[in-house]
Amino acid sequence: MKKNTVIFYGLILAFIIVAPFIFPDFRTQLAALWLMIIVAMTWDMTGGQMGYNSLGNIVFYGTGMYVAAVVTIALAYDVGAYTNAFGGGVYKFTDQQYFLGMLLGILGAGVFCSIIAVVIGFVTFGLRGPYFAIGTLGVAIAAGELVSNWEWVGGGQGIALPVYPGDLDTGKVLFYFLFAVTGVVLFIFLKWLYSTRFGAAINAIRDDEEKAEAMGIHTLRYKLTTWAMSAFFVGVVGGISAFQLIHFEPLETAYQTINLGIFMVVCVLLGGKGTLWGPIIGAILFHVFKEVTWNYFLGWQWVALGALIVVTVVYFQDGVMGYLAHRKPEWFGVRLDDKKAEVSQ
Amino acid sequence: MSTIIEIQGVSKSYGGVVANEDISLTVEKGGITGLIGPNGSGKTTLFNSVVGYHPIDAGSIKFEDEEISTFPVQKIARRGLLRTFQQTRIYGAMNGVENMLISLPHRKMKFLDAFNRNSESDYEKADRLLEFVGLYEKRFLRAGSLSFGQQKLLEFAMALMNEPAALLLDEPTAGINPTLINGLIDRLIRANQEFGITLFIIEHNMRVIMNMADKIYCLSHGQMLAQGAPDDIQNDPRVIDAYLGAH
Repeated sequence: MKKNTVIFYGLILAFIIVAPFIFPDFRTQLAALWLMIIVAMTWDMTGGQMGYNSLGNIVFYGTGMYVAAVVTIALAYDVGAYTNAFGGGVYKFTDQQYFLGMLLGILGAGVFCSIIAVVIGFVTFGLRGPYFAIGTLGVAIAAGELVSNWEWVGGGQGIALPVYPGDLDTGKVLFYFLFAVTGVVLFIFLKWLYSTRFGAAINAIRDDEEKAEAMGIHTLRYKLTTWAMSAFFVGVVGGISAFQLIHFEPLETAYQTINLGIFMVVCVLLGGKGTLWGPIIGAILFHVFKEVTWNYFLGWQWVALGALIVVTVVYFQDGVMGYLAHRKPEWFGVRLDDKKAEVSQ
Repeated sequence: MSTIIEIQGVSKSYGGVVANEDISLTVEKGGITGLIGPNGSGKTTLFNSVVGYHPIDAGSIKFEDEEISTFPVQKIARRGLLRTFQQTRIYGAMNGVENMLISLPHRKMKFLDAFNRNSESDYEKADRLLEFVGLYEKRFLRAGSLSFGQQKLLEFAMALMNEPAALLLDEPTAGINPTLINGLIDRLIRANQEFGITLFIIEHNMRVIMNMADKIYCLSHGQMLAQGAPDDIQNDPRVIDAYLGAH
């Protein structure tokens, strides 16, 4: 790595580590920003890099929440009795039960979501273009409705997890770092993945899937693997969210199709899809915009957000990174040494 | 020479239109076989049947003695039977070298090999083949910005990168200017002789195909009209009639 690159990443990493301590009032906000960054980056794996625009990735977020909660509860109590609305039981968790449940629950959430991504993908990857988007949206809505009618996991009233056992401020720092570590690991993972043949193969699927098939690339295998990897990270942050939010219910929190499920797409479009940094920049811009409108234009916040989505989708589809790549291609390693050839075509 | 592709009694209709009717032909291993015929005579349909783009209605297609008529496209491609398209298909947003590297033969890789970066020898191979088709100087340009003829050459180089056993070329010289055509013929022959790739070529340019092929099949109205050595085909009155429209 070049010296400048090391300094650049070093500064970012340093900021990530000190941020919750220099902005203590914003710990929960920063954690929410990390959530947005992570879901945007995972959405871009299929949407930007592979050309499959999923509107159903929220399934993995919601399922991650439920898996984490069920694992944690099941380690100590009977899940059906715990979630029974008329049970009236009092359930206490020891520190050990809480943290062991958290560890196994979050990891289990990731693994389980990878598996269901393969199962759902096996069916939906037969669809192309807008049909894939609609198909996956249908899966997301159906999943929410199914879970909200499943009494064993609490049905429509959702699940309440135990509160963080220690000091609440420490809890906020813990959740911030759980998200931050996941995000940093995801970034490093994607930076590596996109530099391998695997990255090239999914780009080939995006640019011309029929050609990729004709060249003998195992297209379905690559698509399933990519979505499974993406779902793993979404499941993990779903699991972390479950502990952070303490109580969640299926339709508005877990399978929040029209909120987070759409926000992650908008973040990627705003930042520039198919790039490593685009989803991150997009998520930061989007999150700041969202929070500012929520604070200063209360009552009009959804209108402002809708306007942002419309403007992004209609006029700014390539996003910030796409705009820069168009204006300054040399920054992105595109060579124009043969300028005449480019112009004359 | 042994047979590499064997087509027996293949028929294919689209609704009421019979595109191929009871077609039988063989492609010899290591040779160059031509497929000619007027527009709409079913040449591309036959190619599509061979590489698995659509199911056939009847008949059998064998590649290296294995029945492939029920296989999907990717599986056939991984057996080493590759095709290029009449309308070129390259990855337009990527540059020449990236296009080449994506075309590395996945059938020779294990799944975990995909998680490696491309090796020095992969890059060397890409450069060598780009040099071979004469695109070395343009290798870092966006493939979409190349001319149609250059894109065809790139597609050909990508096919070679994949190390196929047999290559089906759908009108390799269509849309290429006459001076480039000579170079392309030369390269096709070299690919056949030096790399040992069996070629099966659809071509409208008679000068091209007559100079290259060992054996030529002529289709007309979905049926096999004539077959034989280039000289026989050239002088066959039925072929001349089919092309000139006499009845």
